[in-house]
Amino acid sequence: MFQIRVHGRGGQGVVTAAELLSIAAFDEGRHAQAFPSFGSERTGAPVVAYCRIDDKEIRLREPIMQPDALIIQDPTLLHQVDVFAGLVAEGYILINTTRTFAALGVGEFVKSFHAERLCTVPASELAMKHIGRPLPNAALLGGFAAVSGRIAIESVELAIRQKFPEKVAAGNCAAARAAYDHVKREIAESVHA
Amino acid sequence: MLKQTEGSRAVAEAVALCRPEVICAYPISPQTHIVEALGEQVKSGALVNCEFINVESEFAAMSVAIGASAAGARAYTATASQGLLFMAEAVFNAAGLGLPIVMTVANRAIGAPINIWNDHTDAMSQRDCGWIQLFAENNQEALDLHIQAFRLAEELSVPVMVCMDGFILTHAYERVDMPTQEQVDTYLPPYAPRQILDPAEPVSIGAMVGPEAFMEVRYLAHAKQMQAIELIPGYAEEFRGVFGRDSGGLIHTYRADDAETIVVALGSVLGTVKDTVDEMRERGISIGVLGIACFRPWPLLAVRAVLAGAKRVVVLEKSLAVGLGGIVSANVETSLAANTCELYAVIAGLGGRPITRASLHRVFGEAIAGKLAHLSFLDLDHTIVDRVLAREQQTRRSGPIAEAVLRDIAAVSGLRAKDQT
Repeated sequence: MFQIRVHGRGGQGVVTAAELLSIAAFDEGRHAQAFPSFGSERTGAPVVAYCRIDDKEIRLREPIMQPDALIIQDPTLLHQVDVFAGLVAEGYILINTTRTFAALGVGEFVKSFHAERLCTVPASELAMKHIGRPLPNAALLGGFAAVSGRIAIESVELAIRQKFPEKVAAGNCAAARAAYDHVKREIAESVHA
Repeated sequence: MLKQTEGSRAVAEAVALCRPEVICAYPISPQTHIVEALGEQVKSGALVNCEFINVESEFAAMSVAIGASAAGARAYTATASQGLLFMAEAVFNAAGLGLPIVMTVANRAIGAPINIWNDHTDAMSQRDCGWIQLFAENNQEALDLHIQAFRLAEELSVPVMVCMDGFILTHAYERVDMPTQEQVDTYLPPYAPRQILDPAEPVSIGAMVGPEAFMEVRYLAHAKQMQAIELIPGYAEEFRGVFGRDSGGLIHTYRADDAETIVVALGSVLGTVKDTVDEMRERGISIGVLGIACFRPWPLLAVRAVLAGAKRVVVLEKSLAVGLGGIVSANVETSLAANTCELYAVIAGLGGRPITRASLHRVFGEAIAGKLAHLSFLDLDHTIVDRVLAREQQTRRSGPIAEAVLRDIAAVSGLRAKDQT
């Protein structure tokens, strides 16, 4: 089982991100379960959503306390919420930011994780460019596909087209693909560096 | 057809396939997405011959459902929590009149204190109202149970409540196999009412019944539920024949045949319990699970048969009978008869507190070691509780309890954070 925890703020499509990821996994023939951290969500309040992916039926209903991957939609949460809680040693971290882990003040903390599993992507900027609104969720899923290899970018695009009307889907697919390419480039550069 | 969708939408689609003729809708979390999705289907024309009625309260929702059902329509509504309480008088009436309404209860806690999260207090508050109560373990079963519910309700002329865990199921995206219209039509015949308000053949429904006949009418309501005990396994069997999967029935068992310890639970927590039991079985512990799929009528003999060989029974329940303890465990006790096994009631998950494998390992381990109290509260913070009790000893005007607990939790977590730095 692979477990992903998405952190963001109300209005950023955090719950939708987890749902899209579960649809993408389903489209690949896998079992997936997505659910929000239920609460009276308000715009701007910290929100968490979860997605589990497995090859067999998922029965577990507890929140994800030891995630294999973290998708952080808003870097201002880093010093407000314990977003890294329980992340496994082999875990992935993807942050929506134009800055580096060091510039975000978490450089020391992430040292113990595999460098190639740590990634940043300017998802809000890509969303502004392709969707016209700073909704980073689809772009981050593209980035997640690239850094983790756990889901194909084509499946992410298919899930977006299944969930959204055509016009909305087109922009989100473009943002996801751009983020995917961005992260792939980032990985290639770090290998050569 | 397999699809990845939200539990609420899956239920809405299944209800639509049952060809309801009247849907009464009043929004309350966490059931709102169900009636919203049904409203969309009526508006788009996907669901035909169906009146979608926005009512002004839950009391009106059930009252309109009663009227619709009495007029011979297949009637459906959904509610949760305070909404169920607000319609309670009409809920009893629907059962007392023998009207086969189907209602989803997206289980949620009852205030005060205000809480929108999941537990079973709402459904349990209506357990003796005369409705049949079915509990879904996952979204597949939730949608399947609605199809079976209409069949059962209409055969017996008794209303059926399908209980699914609010948020945990209603808001979860997971894989479901959505039946075809043809399958549902094969399984669910058109509604043939036992009683109907028909101007051509006028009758009255809702007589005043005095002491000379009230007992008999109530007894017949009980007899109907006893008939349901006989019918439900057969309907589940027939369901498997048409849809190709196991859903519903009175009970589900898991690794229980030879188990010394049997965990009894209902609803979505069964999944987490099964995963925990698998891990304990790997360590050689003899433990199994009994899931209660039908809580009303209480499947007395089916539960008795499963628990007959158990040394101890742990009932994990998401509701509390204040002043008594466990509700489900009190029901389980009636099934134990001559079995003198240890019975433990574990109150868990109230107001949406997560029930984790780690906590289940601990509490099942304590039961097996004989160290568990017969009534316990999973993951209860005794420090906080003791503080409040101590303050009440010291001060007459100790203030509102919920506010005090919130303040104490903030203070204690602050202290704990300080300890760590």
